[in-house]
Amino acid sequence: MMSGAAMVVEALKDAGVSHVFGYPGGAVLDIYDALFAQDAVKHILVRHEQAAAHMADGYARSTGKTGTVLVTSGPGATNTITGIATAYMDSIPMVVLSGQVPSMHIGEDAFQETDMVGCSRPIVKHSFLVKRTVDIPHAIAKAYYIANTGRPGPVVVDLPKDLVNIQEQHPYSYPQSISMRSYNPTLKGHKKQIKKAVQVLEHAQRPVLYVGGGAIAANAADKVVALAERLCAPVTCTLMGLGAFPGPHAQSLGMLGMHGTLEANKAMHNADCILALGARFDDRVTNNVAKFCPHATIIHVDIDPASISKTVNAHIPVVGSVDNVLEQLLEEVSLPAAQSEKLADWWQQIEQWRERDCLQYQSDSDQIKPQQVVQSVYRHTQGQAFVSSDVGQHQMFAALYYLFERPRQWINSGGLGTMGFGLPAAMGVQVAHPEATSVVITGDGSIQMNIQELSTCLQYNLPIKIISLNNRALGMVRQWQDMNYKGRHSQSYMESMPDFVKLAEAYGHVGIRVEHPDELEGAMEQCFSLKGRLVFVDVKIDQNEHVYPMQIKSGAMDDMRLSKMERT
Amino acid sequence: MKRIISVLMENAPGALSRIIGVFSQRGYNVDSLCVAPTSDPSLSRLTIITHGDNKVIEQITKQVNKLIDVLKIADLTEGAHIERELMLIKVATRTEAIRSEIKRNVDIFRARIVDVNAHNYTIEITGTTDKLDAFATTMSQASEIIESSRTGVCGLGRGERSLRP
Repeated sequence: MMSGAAMVVEALKDAGVSHVFGYPGGAVLDIYDALFAQDAVKHILVRHEQAAAHMADGYARSTGKTGTVLVTSGPGATNTITGIATAYMDSIPMVVLSGQVPSMHIGEDAFQETDMVGCSRPIVKHSFLVKRTVDIPHAIAKAYYIANTGRPGPVVVDLPKDLVNIQEQHPYSYPQSISMRSYNPTLKGHKKQIKKAVQVLEHAQRPVLYVGGGAIAANAADKVVALAERLCAPVTCTLMGLGAFPGPHAQSLGMLGMHGTLEANKAMHNADCILALGARFDDRVTNNVAKFCPHATIIHVDIDPASISKTVNAHIPVVGSVDNVLEQLLEEVSLPAAQSEKLADWWQQIEQWRERDCLQYQSDSDQIKPQQVVQSVYRHTQGQAFVSSDVGQHQMFAALYYLFERPRQWINSGGLGTMGFGLPAAMGVQVAHPEATSVVITGDGSIQMNIQELSTCLQYNLPIKIISLNNRALGMVRQWQDMNYKGRHSQSYMESMPDFVKLAEAYGHVGIRVEHPDELEGAMEQCFSLKGRLVFVDVKIDQNEHVYPMQIKSGAMDDMRLSKMERT
Repeated sequence: MKRIISVLMENAPGALSRIIGVFSQRGYNVDSLCVAPTSDPSLSRLTIITHGDNKVIEQITKQVNKLIDVLKIADLTEGAHIERELMLIKVATRTEAIRSEIKRNVDIFRARIVDVNAHNYTIEITGTTDKLDAFATTMSQASEIIESSRTGVCGLGRGERSLRP
């Protein structure tokens, strides 16, 4: 027998939860009281609930485990909405426990009442409004099961205050296993579809593997490498898929899409066979779908049938987990020893595109270039750090210039594009991996969207390395205004930037300002040698640098600008 | 093209709003909707009339099927099926001539008068959407329609086709 509040905590333990990111309030005081009485589940007190959701998200992305959020009703719950939507768009497993006003007051517009199940409905995989105390363990068990099976996603559990009352005792029983008649994700690919896919792969002259976040969610990175190596095929990763195939690998073409590399987009456009692995043909990848990869037979492997043929028609759809399907493909694909010779022409063509070196940039003796900052971070972390990013130009520079070697190393808001994601996500990473280097590459706009979390970092001694590419402007907005609005910089310039160094110091951390290219290496050296301290490196970069390559609107995959002057 | 989508789902709080949510979030059309518990009270069956090209309908069925509360979904229009809708319609009966004209049409359409009042009849009619439309037009020509209420279409596949858990 135990109280509803104790059941919540007990169920979290039974679900294997080690950390909860949250913020207390009226409706969850009983649950917080139950948390106080134990130390198996550790609580991280944030400064804003949005950040709690992003931390749980960063925790989940970097470990594959479900992230957990605990917030009160009303504003506590609604503040998590952006964080839930971010997780939903990128299929990240998360459980959000939200307090609710007492059952008898639901619908009365009570103090701090919000219909959280209703508010979050379009951005959750599922949600529960718990009606009876004895149902709490089952609802929580189901929430974790749903969040981290099939296509992962966030689940909300709304808990009315009267159910978690610490005065009332009820029997507790946590289910041994969960089975649901209405929810049974397909994990293995259909044999007939596998056979068809194998035949196309074996005969392809110009194959490309197009790898997305689904390969990471399925922990299938090793099998991606195995199949790519067996096929001798080039591999390109989406923004969400970076790390699913090692960036430094000889067969890697880097990222594809709007800001993808020339070789990746060219290879896609000219391919005769595209094997899409847990990627969803997002508009930031395909450019104009009518002109998308006209020569390719498309094999689309995805655990979510709704993702297949949503934007681009798949010739061979395969519903299943990327991991299972790759295992099936690896069993079936048999290639001649001369496979590499068969693709020699294809690789020769790719080498020609690579020779263009689309990521080269003009360095400058007076101004720091954002690309060189990312390259410097890469060197100083031996390419091994967890790198989180915010959203904008710096995100693209990080994606292009930091070669991610392993899955779950690159943490960014790809689908929703949430500014303010980076710092709390990096904190979630650090909580999950206390010994690892957790870097956030951010910008002067994004960092200010959740900068209050510097305070949380002090409280829990999270030694994040914040590298801010400060261009005194909203860089990506400004780039689009330069390109499409004749340089009219409407509201993309911030007139009063704070002194970020002093700000970091005010929060009890170390701040370093870098204004000249000569100072960059020393600053990075200092930043990464200060173990155990949060360091905020405010790097003044060239304000006029654009992100290239960039696809040309309404064009094909490979219609691109390579610099301000050059296009394909 | 008009489609009849039949959904078998958990009879759980919020399940209906999730399904409706998919339609509004993704910009799909709902022409009519009919929902009630099945013979197994833990399940509900919902029939949605929608329209769209094949690609849209494919997305609708996939997105709805993805919802945790949904067990099965079928596009009844893909095969032989039975569809029925019920309408209650109240018409003014000001003169003897109008009364008999209405009665004659009720017989022709095999409808039923279920309530009689000094100044109106309430008629019940069951059939396909087309039949109900035709009857309503006939009534509006014969007299004045005071009000009407329709259930929306419900349907089942013919023969061996069925939607079961």
